[in-house]
Amino acid sequence: MSGARMQTPIARVRGLGSARSGAHHWWLERLTSVATLILFLWLAVSLLRLPALDHGSVTEWLGQPLAAVPMLLLIAATFWHLKLGLQVVIEDYVHEEGTKLFTVMVLNFFVLAGAALAIFAVLKIAFGGEAPAA
Amino acid sequence: MHRNPDRPLAPHLSVYKWGPHMLVSILHRITGAGLATVGAAAFVWWLVAAATGPEAYESFTGWATGWVGIVIAVGLSWAFFQHMLSGLRHLVMDVGAGFELSKNKFWAMMTLAGSALLTALFWFYVVGVRG
Repeated sequence: MSGARMQTPIARVRGLGSARSGAHHWWLERLTSVATLILFLWLAVSLLRLPALDHGSVTEWLGQPLAAVPMLLLIAATFWHLKLGLQVVIEDYVHEEGTKLFTVMVLNFFVLAGAALAIFAVLKIAFGGEAPAA
Repeated sequence: MHRNPDRPLAPHLSVYKWGPHMLVSILHRITGAGLATVGAAAFVWWLVAAATGPEAYESFTGWATGWVGIVIAVGLSWAFFQHMLSGLRHLVMDVGAGFELSKNKFWAMMTLAGSALLTALFWFYVVGVRG
């Protein structure tokens, strides 16, 4: 308490980070962990049931609504989960505020870019029909 | 040092006795970071290659079935199973269960044994059954 006598309690904690969003982050990490668990079990079973993992088999399978939609959900849940997880790792090990802010920003860009690429790929397979022979 | 052996040690990292629960804790983070970077990159490559066409897909499978790809795939499969099992352990601990020392240690070791077993079974199926 010494050295802060002229400050109100709220002034001493302001700017040190929110006391409200931590539980939200924690809860979303758990929520997405259960989602990824279910969806990856679905993916593993689906892939192991395919006759082969060549281009034709995979695109034909992924073109079906009941494969494309769970795959889109898997991408959303997985990239959300890995964003939350990597952010905690960064916040734990990067102590300099500027570097931390920058690293978390780069993480967000990479996660959005990766998820967008994956989602676009699935949509192209699902809506595009046969991929043109290159 | 005049230390009463009946009292717990101060929480300095250097005097902690290494236990399986510590190994599992740091492995959860390491496997998570590995899956989030290498795993996610491979996953996106697979989907984009499939969407691009047969040639791009051949390029992916060529890498994935080469020895570098297989080493990475074995590592990722183990990381996946380890992260999955220690994640399930975390979900149990999140509701306040499994903190008794012996139980906590037992399930920590079980995630290690389980991930090794699941990885072996997975590759036995892929290589032995599916060829």
